[in-house]
Amino acid sequence: MNAKKAKGEKPPKSERKPGKVKGKVKSATKIARTVLGRVIMGRQANGMRRVAITGMGTINALGRDVPSTFAAMREGRCGIGPLDFRDVDRLAIRIGGQVRDWEPETYFNRQQIVLYDKFTQFTLLAAREAVEQSGLIFEGELGLRSGVVLGTAAGGMNTWDENYRTVYEEGKNRVHPFVVPKLMNNAACSHVSMEYGLLGPSFTVATACASSNHAMGLAFNMVRSGAATVMLTGGSEAMLCFGGVKAWEGLRVMSKDACRPFSATRNGMVQGEGAGVFVFEDWEHAVARGADILAEVVGFSMCADAQDIVMPSAIGAERAITGAMQDAHMRPEEVGYINAHGTGTAANDKTECAAVAHAFGHHADRLMISSTKSMHGHLIGGTGAVELLACIMALREGVIAPTIGYEEPDPECALDVVPNEAREARVEAVLSNAFAFGGLNAVIALRKA
Amino acid sequence: MTEVRDRIIQIIAEQAMLDPSELKLDMSPQEIGIDSLGLVESIFALEEAFDISVPFNANEPEKSEFDISSLGSIIAAVEKLVAEKA
Repeated sequence: MNAKKAKGEKPPKSERKPGKVKGKVKSATKIARTVLGRVIMGRQANGMRRVAITGMGTINALGRDVPSTFAAMREGRCGIGPLDFRDVDRLAIRIGGQVRDWEPETYFNRQQIVLYDKFTQFTLLAAREAVEQSGLIFEGELGLRSGVVLGTAAGGMNTWDENYRTVYEEGKNRVHPFVVPKLMNNAACSHVSMEYGLLGPSFTVATACASSNHAMGLAFNMVRSGAATVMLTGGSEAMLCFGGVKAWEGLRVMSKDACRPFSATRNGMVQGEGAGVFVFEDWEHAVARGADILAEVVGFSMCADAQDIVMPSAIGAERAITGAMQDAHMRPEEVGYINAHGTGTAANDKTECAAVAHAFGHHADRLMISSTKSMHGHLIGGTGAVELLACIMALREGVIAPTIGYEEPDPECALDVVPNEAREARVEAVLSNAFAFGGLNAVIALRKA
Repeated sequence: MTEVRDRIIQIIAEQAMLDPSELKLDMSPQEIGIDSLGLVESIFALEEAFDISVPFNANEPEKSEFDISSLGSIIAAVEKLVAEKA
């Protein structure tokens, strides 16, 4: 097994809080929950396990790790800028949340690079950070009981793009032998399993913009049900290449200048790229080994609009939001922050706000909802994973990431969207929304650990 | 320009699955039975047919220089783009 590669048995000091006893039933809420008979330490009365997040990693337009991403979110920094790749001058849309100056040689050797599409490279980098922070080594029984479930919409899009160019544009009749293992949607998932010796349930989910939330929801349910002890989960996307952006241009929903979610002046989405990977771990297992628990995953809900291939439905979104709270046994009043899907399109933002207003009633005016896509762009299949970081930052550091680029209120988006500047606030419970093309909705609920 | 006009009407009618004779110049895309996705597809068809580039963002159709409020305005806008190209 490759357990030796999972270096760093202990999380970095900055991430640890010495002396803090995890899993101890202390707060009034937790006592109340115990009284209700739902939670008895790490196990719920119905036999379901609690799920801890014990590691997180990322690479995106804001930074190449979690600390730099958090810093950018706190500052409200914009990672969106001019795109830089071959044939960009033939595009009408020339901005994106690109990972700048990407040189895979910094992180991978030649043999790895010939096998890893950019979406796999991003995933492995994020997984490395997450596993190091968790301090886990997947040996013996733990390797057998751990798996990977990741989301991506397009998988190895850069590999498709480069090789179509070779055969169609350049007229060559031979391509590299690794084209298929590079481009397949499950490549990233498989390489993560190989890197860490994860022998349990592993697969990839592709549900467009909800891929990561679906993946994390499934990982949550696998740990909760006892089917796995640890799941590495999240997602990645690397669609910023000529063919990828050209395809999106066709739909005419992209902005040429900026992503301004919820602002009356919004004029479309801006694509991003990168990855987010988390370690979801059986709570008892995490407590027993003294792991630093970053947050608790408490609920998940998914549903389909069954209505339109691109237009979102407020009813579907509301069902997913309400469903996640019910799954988490969470009252609407407990939710302090929602990381919105908030794409910056005319249709999504007003539909999402209507869904939130309906799901939360009066409390909709008290909670905060922001779209960090304004900073890192829309990572499509990887977006829910990077956005879960903003949720963890809210719970753990008491900082709500802002919606930047906000210029003018829209009466159809009349919620507290945390405009332009991050805010300090104490929140106990959060939701992360994802509503995909095809009307597929997936919402995750987290609580403070 | 009648040729251009007839061809535009034909393209829009095909999208709406109607006979060209059923369309009137003051009809909006909605009245013709074209939804937002159909509109984007119609614009693509017009671009392909006349080798033009239509400035249209589905997020702010009203702000677009390309007026899509009625069949008549679409025809005028396409005719203008075709004339500019010549």
